[in-house]
Amino acid sequence: MTDPNTTLSPLELEHHDKTYLDANELIINMGPQHPATHGVLRVILRLDGEKVLGLECVIGYLHRGVEKIGEHRTYTMFNPYVDRMDYVAAVSNGLGYCETVEKLLNVEAPPRAQHVRVILTELNRLASHQLWLGTHALDIGAITPLFYTFRDREEILKIYEKYCGARLTTHAFRIGGLQYETYTGFEKEVKNFLTFFRPKIDEYEELLTTNRIWVERTKNVGNISAEDCIALGVTGPVLRASGVKWDLRKAQPYCCYKNFDFEIPIGENGDTYDRYLVRMAEMRQSVRIIEQAVDALPEGPIMAKVPKVMKPAAGEVYHSIEAPKGELGYFIVSDGSTQPYRLRVRPPSFVNLQALDAMCRGQLVADVIAVIGTLDIVLGEVDR
Amino acid sequence: MHEIIEYISSYLRTEGLTPGAAGNMFWALVYIMLVFGGLSVAVIAMNWLERKILAHMQVRLGPMRVGPHGLLQPIADAIKLLLKEDIMPAEADGFVFWIAPLIVVLAAFTVFVVVPFGPTHAVTDMNIGILFMLGVSSLSVLGIVMAGWASNSHYPLIGALRSSAQMVSYEVAMGLAVVSAILMTSLHGLGLYGVGGAGSGDTGTLSMIGIVQAQQEQGVWFLFKFFPLGLVAFFIFAVAMVAETNRAPFDLAEAESELTAGFHTEYSGFRWSLFFLAEYSAMIAVSSIAVTLWLGGWLRPFPNLLSGTPWDQIFSFVPGVTFLFFAAICFYNTVRMPKHPLFRVQTIGLAGFGVVLGLIGLVLFVPAVSVRAQDIFWFSAKVAGFMYLYIWYRGTFPRYRFDQLMQMGWKVLLPMGLGVLILTASAGLLLQPQIWHR
Repeated sequence: MTDPNTTLSPLELEHHDKTYLDANELIINMGPQHPATHGVLRVILRLDGEKVLGLECVIGYLHRGVEKIGEHRTYTMFNPYVDRMDYVAAVSNGLGYCETVEKLLNVEAPPRAQHVRVILTELNRLASHQLWLGTHALDIGAITPLFYTFRDREEILKIYEKYCGARLTTHAFRIGGLQYETYTGFEKEVKNFLTFFRPKIDEYEELLTTNRIWVERTKNVGNISAEDCIALGVTGPVLRASGVKWDLRKAQPYCCYKNFDFEIPIGENGDTYDRYLVRMAEMRQSVRIIEQAVDALPEGPIMAKVPKVMKPAAGEVYHSIEAPKGELGYFIVSDGSTQPYRLRVRPPSFVNLQALDAMCRGQLVADVIAVIGTLDIVLGEVDR
Repeated sequence: MHEIIEYISSYLRTEGLTPGAAGNMFWALVYIMLVFGGLSVAVIAMNWLERKILAHMQVRLGPMRVGPHGLLQPIADAIKLLLKEDIMPAEADGFVFWIAPLIVVLAAFTVFVVVPFGPTHAVTDMNIGILFMLGVSSLSVLGIVMAGWASNSHYPLIGALRSSAQMVSYEVAMGLAVVSAILMTSLHGLGLYGVGGAGSGDTGTLSMIGIVQAQQEQGVWFLFKFFPLGLVAFFIFAVAMVAETNRAPFDLAEAESELTAGFHTEYSGFRWSLFFLAEYSAMIAVSSIAVTLWLGGWLRPFPNLLSGTPWDQIFSFVPGVTFLFFAAICFYNTVRMPKHPLFRVQTIGLAGFGVVLGLIGLVLFVPAVSVRAQDIFWFSAKVAGFMYLYIWYRGTFPRYRFDQLMQMGWKVLLPMGLGVLILTASAGLLLQPQIWHR
């Protein structure tokens, strides 16, 4: 059932640079207005009939100059802006930024704040993966999972809404801890959600995991080897599906992840199906982490001692966290003033998107859609 | 004047003849009008049902605003499409662009000339009926290719190529399955297959009405004949017909996530709605073939297991009861409607709809009506089952990739079809009563 073209390494793919019988190449412009490019990605496809000879990504349609804005805002004022990068995982962005500035200021959030951060961030990972699953399945033609995932994602958003008033761009964390204490019944509601959600993962899997068409559409599609992943800087579930056990939550524990017991699911083949399985397993692990975090939620202050006017000492800092899509890093250079001298974001989607060409060569048009879906890119983060 | 009346009424005196077979043009025209009108209503109903059923599969409500439970939504959509600006791309080939949807619609509607809704409820009875149906319905490929070509754009072109390749390759498997069913009209089985050798003759038939009558005489739906051969042939046809009509999971030609809208990307307004109309009537057409060939056409279920006058009587009540059941659903929902004054019109509308359905149900209890309407009812009910399956597939399956689709057509369905054909022929010969009773 497998197409021999799909398992070739990039070197062998050179042979596929020419069209069959020297036919004319078809150049197709996919996007920026296209239902399957997840926003405003533009892909220029070079086709031989249905086969992809090569492709080029054109990005920047959603560029808002977030990094430059950061240089003109104080550290506190910039905090809400990061939510607008990866808007489906706004909490993770906030966590990364707050932790980076905390590192720069040499403060640490109190344990209670850290636990709440872990709970909210992991909930956010669930929400992000749900959105990925729904849209990915939709791209491959299964329209129903989208509604199931959105129905369950709603419960997570309700928890956010109750906690901080916002659903999508939450601005949940502050530098040094949290602004809001958890609401009454927070622990209970999160636990209720977990018991509600655990069978739902099985429900999603029931629709897809053993579905013949789904397996055929995803197995051996968009293969990428571990070496290629590392060479291209690909991180997150895409890297792990290629068999590299690299998760920043374990590799460089931040927040209080080292207190929790969880596993890093990895794949073997680095194809779309493995990435699907890895993300499904990650959802289960996230549920485990949240459960432990809620059980171990300590009492105490939620805010560390942070100066009202933040003036970090001159210097630079790089800090990265494991966002749902991969390594999300912030690099901040401080010149001792209230504003960063330079603020640089290393977004996982931007780096992962580089792999699109390598993953799609020699495959069919329909696979490009599957690969864009499986890379789980958010254009707000790619373009910033 | 008298001659005209005589011409018109002469058909009513004939027994068991379709207007076409009786050579009566007037009644043929009436039947054509009825089929066309009924089909359009069916497409509208299908539009609403698909949205509603799909919505309920996907934990949402579907249309709820236009009319009670969105009942008027398809009509609102039709009006919207009629009033929309008619856009033709500047680079398009005008004439071909114009005629492509017409060809598709023509092909989709013409096949209904031979669809038998009852022993006499067909426009005409051709002796090559099934061949005519397959032949005309494959003409729609032409329209699709023309639409894709004339749009002068990449996505429609790829969509049209995919669609034509797909339809052509699935027609082969489909044809083989159909041939095995046609073989069954002249071959008789033994014992277990419940056929017992009874049957009018050894000549087969290609006539749609003849095929159903053969099932009636042999006392078995071809689905169960030569078990499991009939079942396998039916399965092949059931898969191929979904591919033939470009529906999920074989909807590559209009795969919205890949090709935006496939071959009709550049079409808008009423032209687009013609494609829509054609797609749905093609679905009904292929389902009609399946029903005629394997599911006993207009025959009621269990014709020989539950036979005799009392059962005939009981089954003749089913159409009326069904409509009364629908009416009851309407009344139940009328009661459940919000009591707010804003909902008053909707409540009255829903109750009115229920009354109409109830009246239809009551009329169907009148023996004179029920005798004639039963056939149509059973035929439509069976086709409706297929329509539900179409919606169900769409809600469940991801989409096949192009190469996998071809693989499935040529490497799975085609050999299966050939095998079934050979086995059916051998079974028919080996199980001949004459051989065993000699």
